[in-house]
Amino acid sequence: MTTTAAPGVSATRGHVIIPSKVRRLTEPSIVRFVLTGMALAFLMLFLAVPLTAVFVEALSRGLAAYVAAMAEPFTIAALRLTLITTAIAVPANLVFGLCAAWVIGKFQFRGRHVLTTLIDLPFAVSPVIAGLVFVLLFGRQGFFGPWLAEHGVRIIFAVPGIVLATVFVSLPFIAREVIPVMEASGAQEEEAARVLGAGGLQTFFRVTLPNIKWGVLYGVILCSARAIGEFGAVSVVSGHIRGLTNTLPLHVEILYNEYQFQAAFAVASILTCLALVTLVAKTIAERRLHT
Amino acid sequence: MNTRPVALLLLMVGALAGCGGAPEDGRPAELLNVSYDPTREFYQEFNAAFATFWREKSGQEVSTRQSHGGAGAQARAVIDGLEGDVVTLALAYDIDAIASTGLIDAGWQKRLPHNSAPYTSTIVFLVRKGNPKGIKDWGDLLKADVAVITPNPKTSGGARWNYLAAWGYALHQPNGNEPRAREFVTKLLAKVPVLDSGARGSTNTFVQRGIGDVLLAWENEAYLAIDETNDAVEIVVPSVSILAEPPVTVVDEVVDKKGTRAVAEAYLQYLYSPEGQELVVKHHYRPRNAQVAAKYASSFADVELFTIDGVFGGWQTAQKTHFADGGIFDQIYKPTSGTR
Repeated sequence: MTTTAAPGVSATRGHVIIPSKVRRLTEPSIVRFVLTGMALAFLMLFLAVPLTAVFVEALSRGLAAYVAAMAEPFTIAALRLTLITTAIAVPANLVFGLCAAWVIGKFQFRGRHVLTTLIDLPFAVSPVIAGLVFVLLFGRQGFFGPWLAEHGVRIIFAVPGIVLATVFVSLPFIAREVIPVMEASGAQEEEAARVLGAGGLQTFFRVTLPNIKWGVLYGVILCSARAIGEFGAVSVVSGHIRGLTNTLPLHVEILYNEYQFQAAFAVASILTCLALVTLVAKTIAERRLHT
Repeated sequence: MNTRPVALLLLMVGALAGCGGAPEDGRPAELLNVSYDPTREFYQEFNAAFATFWREKSGQEVSTRQSHGGAGAQARAVIDGLEGDVVTLALAYDIDAIASTGLIDAGWQKRLPHNSAPYTSTIVFLVRKGNPKGIKDWGDLLKADVAVITPNPKTSGGARWNYLAAWGYALHQPNGNEPRAREFVTKLLAKVPVLDSGARGSTNTFVQRGIGDVLLAWENEAYLAIDETNDAVEIVVPSVSILAEPPVTVVDEVVDKKGTRAVAEAYLQYLYSPEGQELVVKHHYRPRNAQVAAKYASSFADVELFTIDGVFGGWQTAQKTHFADGGIFDQIYKPTSGTR
């Protein structure tokens, strides 16, 4: 940014003494204005305006109505379920992601590429299909259905199913972020630690983790964002029981369908705020990752 | 330093999971009512009324949870294991589908009065304020400049009622016969710019997004839309329409397993009580109780209603002929070939 700005500034101040070679490095100012303007207009149209609209509609009936929508028992139940789901899905994916990244990043073995491809599978599969797979496995007529019914275990249309679906769709995020960092840091430092007498866990916490921590954090943030916002897969396995199996995104849809637009947008604003917090955290993590 | 956040996170998970658990051993009963789209507001109020009634009658607390969606999808969810104590769906065919898997006794429709349908409704038109296109009856829907909104009969119970109402109208015309009815419905479907998957989706398309000139809708859904939009739309009642009978029943396997049969059956019977029927009217469904019906006769437009059993030989036959894969709907509906 600063390197491109400097010749631009000096060029406008006194282009007589600037050699023509340098001037050719930047576009004419009209082109720059038009390009920047287009990018800004695009951002306004597709991000800023809808984002503002969420908050405008959420507050359209005043602050009291906004607070009332938030304090509604079904909203609180939905928020709690979303947080519980995220609090289970993210640590589960953290453990899995670290193990997978460690294996893939530090070792060469047969089937390494197959494993990498498998981790990407949830990216490729439509969330709705992911949800349906769980119905096929754990539904009453599914593969494990009769056994589960016999033992009184409920997975589909209950919290476990929602957690499973969320874990599935948010699975690749942490592993995907950590693998490149693991690969880049190589295995030498760990080898040195072992030679100097460090144990396995000690090596991991003292050597490996400090090297990859910003990558891990970045992955955790992305994974949380996906877990909080997931709609499709969760919608299939939820059963839409109010106060029990509705997550925040599902609750927004229900409120919207009930003509409670202000309440729907009030709840949507919680999700928007969570997204903004994630975005800020992501930016910070990203900067640390690249320094 | 590095282990502390992990420990904290685990603690949080534990705390959250702890407050998520519901008391299982208490005496209060908990019912789940698996229903279709437009009944949300009605059952919300009915559940509160039933809780009061049941507390006075038996001393037991009961809370009823609701699950709503397209009737076909909801039936599917019950088949896949959604443990509804009662199902209150848009049409008998969907409950038949659940019964065919053994969850509900085959003779379910005879267990409660009036084919197990405690309230009825019909299909009416919703038009823009002032009825700018001058729509008065089914025939006007085919006018050149009229776009019609109705959901997809493959996924929506309401849409199937819409479709059959149109078919029945064409049959009722002088010289009406099957080929003419087929021609009428084909032309009608060609005027539909978008088929939503459920009744509420279609209402939102028409009311919120402002698409189309006329919405084919449940009568109760149409009244609700008028209330919600402060009269930006109005109802047109056609000369003839179909008597829609949304049925209810207990899911035998679920109530026997959970031990909720008594309260679940009382719940459905309360729908037929004068108090239940008053709530039915309040939410613009047509009541079955003769006294309640007489009291509110002026609230509902006088329209000639035909039944599905009378004209189409029941839901099983209608489903097979019209909506099954390769049925008449598949033969006559061509997406996007209409309007443009």
